[in-house]
Amino acid sequence: MNTGNTKVMNRFDVTSRLIAKLKHEEAVIGGIGNTNFDLWAAGHRPQNFYMLGSMGLAFPIALGVALAQPDRRVFALEGDGSLLMQLGALSTIAALKPKNLTMIVMDNGIYQITGAQPTPAANVADIVAIAIGSGLASSAWAADEKDFERLVDGAMAASEPSLIAVRIDDKPGVGTTRRDPVQIRERFMHGLGVRDPL
Amino acid sequence: MAIAEQQPQGSSDGSWHGIVLQTLKRNEINLIPYVPDRVLTPLIKNLHADPFFTTFATAREEEAVGIVAGAWMGGRRGAVLMQTSGFATLANVLASLAVPYQIPLIMLVSERGTLGEFNYGQSLVCRTMRPVLDSLALEHHTITRLDELEFIADRSIKQAVTTQAPVALILSPLLTGGKVFDK
Ligand SMILES: Cc1ncc(C[n+]2csc(CCOP(=O)(O)OP(=O)(O)O)c2C)c(N)n1
Repeated sequence: MNTGNTKVMNRFDVTSRLIAKLKHEEAVIGGIGNTNFDLWAAGHRPQNFYMLGSMGLAFPIALGVALAQPDRRVFALEGDGSLLMQLGALSTIAALKPKNLTMIVMDNGIYQITGAQPTPAANVADIVAIAIGSGLASSAWAADEKDFERLVDGAMAASEPSLIAVRIDDKPGVGTTRRDPVQIRERFMHGLGVRDPL
Repeated sequence: MAIAEQQPQGSSDGSWHGIVLQTLKRNEINLIPYVPDRVLTPLIKNLHADPFFTTFATAREEEAVGIVAGAWMGGRRGAVLMQTSGFATLANVLASLAVPYQIPLIMLVSERGTLGEFNYGQSLVCRTMRPVLDSLALEHHTITRLDELEFIADRSIKQAVTTQAPVALILSPLLTGGKVFDK
């Protein structure tokens, strides 16, 4: 795995840094398990969507939101193990080139939430190289927290989809999302201005 | 009719795929991810040719379901085209995304594996489809007749949207001609 001299960061810290930058009701999709737990822990926003299953679909769901609302910036947070399950989605996104989509991969090399087993990619595959090879030219490892913030700023101004990979430690997520799928979906739709509450 | 003439070939010629295309359009369904099937080829071709639709292939059917689920939440309607074997990969996403989040997922499934199937594996895959749909109490219709197609498709789409529940429209070989042993 050629991740250069990237620093090992922390998912909750990096997620909080992302959320702090969002000033325009950007949508954020949290993937299964820890990515949505830390999104929840960073402070619920009406434009957050939390996945309670469907492992690997954070990027496809975010792509759908991005295609539906091209004027809104959309972010997706996905674990490395989850992404491995749906690598083809990277090519789909590269082919469609949504200008408003940013993908963030939290790479701990393990399936943390199921017992920290190493993923098949750990020590052999480079997620950024996979993304670039899938057609996502604007893909990069974040060297440290400042670099992550710089990459997020760049992604927000970009006119093509971006992928930011972050090496993270083996810590679990900080919070626990309230597992109420209908409410999660309904409030997200309110947050996106698609519906008004009853 | 000038307007009809401008429409891509096959869209209003009374063919099954023309009726499907027009019914999608009338219901403002314009995002169409798919994993192809030979029988769906004319439909896919005409969807690509019609700028009303954003039509594209995905690597997996599950991915396509994620995309239309996200689009629905963002206010845009979609439908997923697939083959029976593609449906067989969807139990997890149906049970963990579409059903619990109450997403009106519209699935058009070209039915392989019955009425002249020549591949044993396909016929077995086909037998898993309705039990999976029934196990989640999902609405599904097998469309066999051209004269019933528009009614079933149009009403089912409207029901999916208003009841916020997935629907599978299974396109039988009786409707489409299916795929026959050619080599
Ligand atoms: C299809 C499927 N297979 C397996 C699981 C069990 N599972 C849930 S989360 C998870 C690991 C997720 O790993 P990753 O995305 O790397 O996140 P991390 O736990 O490391 O934060 C697994 C294997 C599942 N929910 N769905």
